[in-house]
Amino acid sequence: MNSNKISIQNVDLFYGTFQALKSINMDIPENQVTAFIGPSGCGKSTLLKCLNRMNDLVEGCKITGEILLDDKSINQMDVNLLRKQVGMVFQKPNPFPMSVYDNIAFGPRTHGIRSRVMLDEIVEKSLRDAAIWDEVKDRLNKSALGLSGGQQQRLCIARALAVHPEVLLMDEPTSALDPISTSKIEELCTQLKKEYTIVIVTHNMQQAARISDRTAFFLLGEAVEYTDTEKMFSMPTDKRTEDYITGRFG
Amino acid sequence: MRTKFDEQLNQLHVDLIKMGSLCEEAITLAAQALLREPGADPQKVFSLETEIDQLEWEIESHCMRLLLRQQPMARDLRSVSAALKIISDMERIGDQAADIAELTPYIADCALQNKLHIKDMAKEAVSMVTGSVDAYVKEDLDLVQKVIDQDDTVDALFNQVKTELIELVQEKGTDAQAALDLLMAAKYFERIGDHAVNVAEWVEYSLTGVHKSSEHHPALC
Amino acid sequence: MRKQKQLATPIYGKQSFLEKLISYKKKPGSLIMAILVMLATAFTLFIILYILGYILAKGIPYITPSLFSWEYNSENVSLMPALITTIEMTVLSLVIAVPLGIFTAIYLVEYAKSGNRLVKLIRLTTETLSGIPSIIYGLFGMLFFVTYLKWKYSLLAGGLTLSIMILPLIMRTTEEALLAVPASYREASFGLGAGRLRTVFRVVLPSAIPGILAGVILAIGRIVGETAALIYTAGTVAQVPPTLLSSGRTLAVHMYLLSSEGLNTNQAYATAVVLLILVVLINGLSSLVSRKLSKGKQV
Repeated sequence: MNSNKISIQNVDLFYGTFQALKSINMDIPENQVTAFIGPSGCGKSTLLKCLNRMNDLVEGCKITGEILLDDKSINQMDVNLLRKQVGMVFQKPNPFPMSVYDNIAFGPRTHGIRSRVMLDEIVEKSLRDAAIWDEVKDRLNKSALGLSGGQQQRLCIARALAVHPEVLLMDEPTSALDPISTSKIEELCTQLKKEYTIVIVTHNMQQAARISDRTAFFLLGEAVEYTDTEKMFSMPTDKRTEDYITGRFG
Repeated sequence: MRTKFDEQLNQLHVDLIKMGSLCEEAITLAAQALLREPGADPQKVFSLETEIDQLEWEIESHCMRLLLRQQPMARDLRSVSAALKIISDMERIGDQAADIAELTPYIADCALQNKLHIKDMAKEAVSMVTGSVDAYVKEDLDLVQKVIDQDDTVDALFNQVKTELIELVQEKGTDAQAALDLLMAAKYFERIGDHAVNVAEWVEYSLTGVHKSSEHHPALC
Repeated sequence: MRKQKQLATPIYGKQSFLEKLISYKKKPGSLIMAILVMLATAFTLFIILYILGYILAKGIPYITPSLFSWEYNSENVSLMPALITTIEMTVLSLVIAVPLGIFTAIYLVEYAKSGNRLVKLIRLTTETLSGIPSIIYGLFGMLFFVTYLKWKYSLLAGGLTLSIMILPLIMRTTEEALLAVPASYREASFGLGAGRLRTVFRVVLPSAIPGILAGVILAIGRIVGETAALIYTAGTVAQVPPTLLSSGRTLAVHMYLLSSEGLNTNQAYATAVVLLILVVLINGLSSLVSRKLSKGKQV
């Protein structure tokens, strides 16, 4: 059994007076893919964003409870260092309006790497790890916005990998992509979990079933069920989970 | 929510129940033919068997279509995959009923079978098949357990029939060929019991997600 | 089949003006609207072309070499001092107003919390300021810079007055340009562990530059075309101002004076032509710069 990378303890989250997360307790194992599923507005993305404190940017957002990364409270860490350790890939591919190279180098440069040789190395390794090197190696200095949606998303994964994170958060990374790009990214997830801990939010249950090791089901800000993916999709214990998974929710 | 899917699942249940009742009918007829009851016609069993085969094929393709187009999950997935397993056991039950019917012309001595507990076996086997179908229809775990327990009765009856046949063969003047055919028939009933247990176990899996064989195949749970 | 295809009127494009009107035959309301819209367009176009043509026809014959001599006197009515003053005035105002406006906008958009009272106050003030007639800026400039600070009529007083006048414009356009930068860029940058400063200067600002430049161009337009505010602050002396504290007249003021004196109306038209050319040049230059800056950023 793998050890736990992240431990979420009694987390409540409020947007103003609205409680978006209700006493979440969850351990996320290292080097595994953990999937968050649930209907829109159930809090799964919100919880994901707690893990690298992206909610700090949201006005009126209050979080109580404790989130530990390697047994260290993330609230006591420097937020920029935390985000270096816990990378994020967003729902819509969001490359910067810069060249492919500068997109990847942005993170390392932020964290003080200036040497061109080192940057070259990091850019190539990240692009290779994200399985997009062969497609962009001849156009590193062209704008990243000229890539296809699927390529852009893999570029964003490469950009996240370039700062050597330990955890990779993915917020519905394939919802804007075609099936072929989707399967490439799913394939990538199963590759990357050897080195990274992956947490993925997805609307696509089949996707969660395909790529994740553990799955958590959220409803109205509550983590209803959190268990092995195979068990989740063959014999969920909670009636609400069952209804959602079998498409009879609501 | 998923109205069409629910309709299709419902149709699957109806078809399965129909297949189960065809099996019951086939065994009952086969047993009647074997026991030379008046009006029993082995030919009817053969036509029933063809019908069962046809139905198996239909249900199978129905399940495949459901898997392909609806991607069932959880309870639905178990229901469909259990149905796929159940129909192959039911098809075997139909085959065995036909096998029994095939034996009847060779057993001329109608006095012989009445000395045995074959009639009880037939009764038990039919009741097991009925029980497993009922368990499926009523989603009743107690009925499942009852079917599983009943198998011991059938096994015991088989041993009893075997002993009785040995005794009969040792006596002078018994038609040895008929005796062997009767043993075969008894064996078929015993197998039907086993298949009924399989069906019941798949019903249990469909309901609980746990299959009896899961100790050997952890992937199922 | 083929014939049918040819007969059918195309829904998009390739439909002649007449065909379009015919297609409205059964809808009189639409027909009237279509005709009105077209008339309005034609009218506007006509007026612009008429003004341009009028100025060019009146002015071009009087563009003579003597008009561009270094010194102004009543003989040559040279516009050269005014041209140079205009450029100086523009640069001075922009140097003061652009950084101030951009940084204020950055604070408002990127740093301040949305419910902040100060922010609301600043927004209200800028909105009010942008609606004030320029003569009032001139009055303020005269009272404050010219009289109170004792700068007299000077380039500096004029430049500062103009900066105050264009500040709201630059702030507003910059704010809008910053707000138009997708939030996803900021998220991505923060997500990589970049701080706010780095995010603003490396990610947000570069993407906003075309929008900001558009605001700057508008501001230049206002500076170049301004008269009222300048007459009271920079004065009307027709010279290349030797220091920041000496008076000078811009092209627009120059034109105003020439035509109000009524002696050199023809030279006023010639000046108008030069002013037009100057504005076109500035616009061209700005769009060139913006294209250069955003190169490799757009697809």
